[in-house]
Amino acid sequence: MTGHLRFCYNKRGMKLLEHQAKDILSRFGIPVPKGMVVETPARAAAAVEKFGPRVVLKAQVLAGGRGKAGGIKTALGPEDARFKAEALFKTRLTTPQTGAAGLAVRRILVEEAVSIDSEFYLGVAVDRPRSAVTLLVSPRGGIDIEETARAIPNAVFREDVDPQAGARPYQVRRLAFALGLSGETLTEAAAIMTGAVRALLDSDATLVEINPLALTGEGRLLALDAKIVLDDNALFRHPEFHAADDDADADPAEAAAARAGLNYVRLGGDIGCLVNGAGLAMATADLIQAAGGKPANFCDIGGGVSEDAVKAGFEIVISDPAVRAVLVNVFGGIVRCDLVARGMIRAAEEKGVRVSFIVRFLGTNAEEGRALLAASGLAYETAETMGEAARKAVDAAGRNPGGGRT
Amino acid sequence: MSILIDRSSRVLVQGFTGKEGTFHAQRMIDYGTLVVGGTSPGKGGRIHLGRPVFNTVAEARAATEANVAVLFVPPFAAADAIMESAAAGIGVIVVITEGIPVLDMIRAKRFVAGTRAVFLGPNTPGIIVPGQTKVGIMPGPIHRPGRIGIMSRSGTLTYEAVRQISDASLGQSAAVGIGGDPITGLSFVDLLELYRADPETDAVVMIGEIGGTAEEEAAAVIRQGYPKPVFAYIAGLTSPPGRRMGHAGAIIEGETGRAGDKARILAEAGVVVIALPSDIGETVAAHISK
Repeated sequence: MTGHLRFCYNKRGMKLLEHQAKDILSRFGIPVPKGMVVETPARAAAAVEKFGPRVVLKAQVLAGGRGKAGGIKTALGPEDARFKAEALFKTRLTTPQTGAAGLAVRRILVEEAVSIDSEFYLGVAVDRPRSAVTLLVSPRGGIDIEETARAIPNAVFREDVDPQAGARPYQVRRLAFALGLSGETLTEAAAIMTGAVRALLDSDATLVEINPLALTGEGRLLALDAKIVLDDNALFRHPEFHAADDDADADPAEAAAARAGLNYVRLGGDIGCLVNGAGLAMATADLIQAAGGKPANFCDIGGGVSEDAVKAGFEIVISDPAVRAVLVNVFGGIVRCDLVARGMIRAAEEKGVRVSFIVRFLGTNAEEGRALLAASGLAYETAETMGEAARKAVDAAGRNPGGGRT
Repeated sequence: MSILIDRSSRVLVQGFTGKEGTFHAQRMIDYGTLVVGGTSPGKGGRIHLGRPVFNTVAEARAATEANVAVLFVPPFAAADAIMESAAAGIGVIVVITEGIPVLDMIRAKRFVAGTRAVFLGPNTPGIIVPGQTKVGIMPGPIHRPGRIGIMSRSGTLTYEAVRQISDASLGQSAAVGIGGDPITGLSFVDLLELYRADPETDAVVMIGEIGGTAEEEAAAVIRQGYPKPVFAYIAGLTSPPGRRMGHAGAIIEGETGRAGDKARILAEAGVVVIALPSDIGETVAAHISK
């Protein structure tokens, strides 16, 4: 059972903030606590007048483990809410998912506090190994579902649903019974499950998670926390989500690369990489590490790349202050090496290159690319094999301990 | 006979008159692939690259007896194009397109399962049987006919492996990309079965990467007993968890999908695991010549 649950957390894709996820869920008829998003302590105090006196202040950041990091506070009355909101806005939240710098809190969701009788788990996810859409529930909510699945596998219940029609009534009924529900609560839970599946299918999400789904003291079900991850590849048909794409928390180099259409991930070392193809880029990083170096980044320029995008990519890599040497590894297929060379030369002429760089061109128009670089007057080394390229890059980084502009 | 395709395969290009379709169709023709025509809805009746253009796959199949299709269709229309080919009776569908929505692929995969078709990809460089035919976008000249079967989740890293195998004076019985996306058609397991049955293949080289469970599933099959040596390189040993590394499929999800774990599981199943991507050719050559 545990094995089957691993895929639940598809970390790819665009994550939505809790309040955005709850907005979507409400549209599919799923009850959520009354609340509003605020950006100032004064507005937090005002929200208490509406939903108080007892409220929950929840920092809206894209990271799990928010509660433990102090991102969720309860408050009683407007003054208490103002005081606690002010403190939250000043905090940078650090969780195991955020890195040491943490995340700034720019928005707080202020919600009515509710009395909780019990907590369930509800998730809908794309099950990649089985190419299916799966609905999962557990009577043990509020905690990590993967932990539950490991510790008590028979406390997780699942149904694969039709990716066109959605969940069938018999499927959600079976899961609601499995949660030990009856009467009106059972009907309500079934409707919530049907809505969650519909939310995933209609929003092109890869994950919709309600954890916990709470049964309140008044006997009502409420989605207390919500998480939605959208499929980036489907955003073209969801203009309603474009405003949600907020890259303010993203690494500036990663954001610049994304604008140029490149796949860039900062890795923290000192050897910059520019490679075509994700697999080759990962393999290049592995080789650098094996040769005793540390890659500064992963940068896949992809297949249909333009000269301008190559220029942008090379600029990002060579202007990273941590970078002491750059390795360009291009196996031309769709990408032509001469196009890559032209982009690199333009970037180098505009920005200046303060570090050594090593170029390995193979495949489509490799000769033309090498000739262009040779004629450019730039100083660089060449390599025939990947292994040689990685060793030369590691040596070059070692010779340039300062890494500063020369 | 090789696996999936051979020199007699009759290839239809979907998205024939577009920029990518035109460029790669010409390259395939130059390689010797029997490209019998293509589809571009609304452009039926024209002649393109000396081949007929059709509005629908059904029409194209009736006129040309195409049995293989290769897709250069934009992401928003690609899942539908896969289903169109499968419904028209095409046997092998090669999906080059990258960036197809995941739910579209789940729906298309279920649809194809109800037909006699199989598909490769999406986000694959395609399949080549060196010296016979290529259905895809890989550079032809790096390949040479031989007896090593290659299967990979990557594009350019496959070219790297192919070139090393060719440089080691070995060659390929076929080189196949299964695609870098989360939902793909034929898996490593399916290809292992095809290579098992192929008398032209003496050994298999698997190029895997982080994320998903394709390599683990392959290991489970090999553990049961596989009649040919299998070699594997897994990219992404140094990739950070939780980050997407270019391929939508290449992501480490929580505790699983790590390159090191995959390598260990494969080694336990009897696979020769190649630690460095620069050693693929040498390692295979050393074992084969023993």
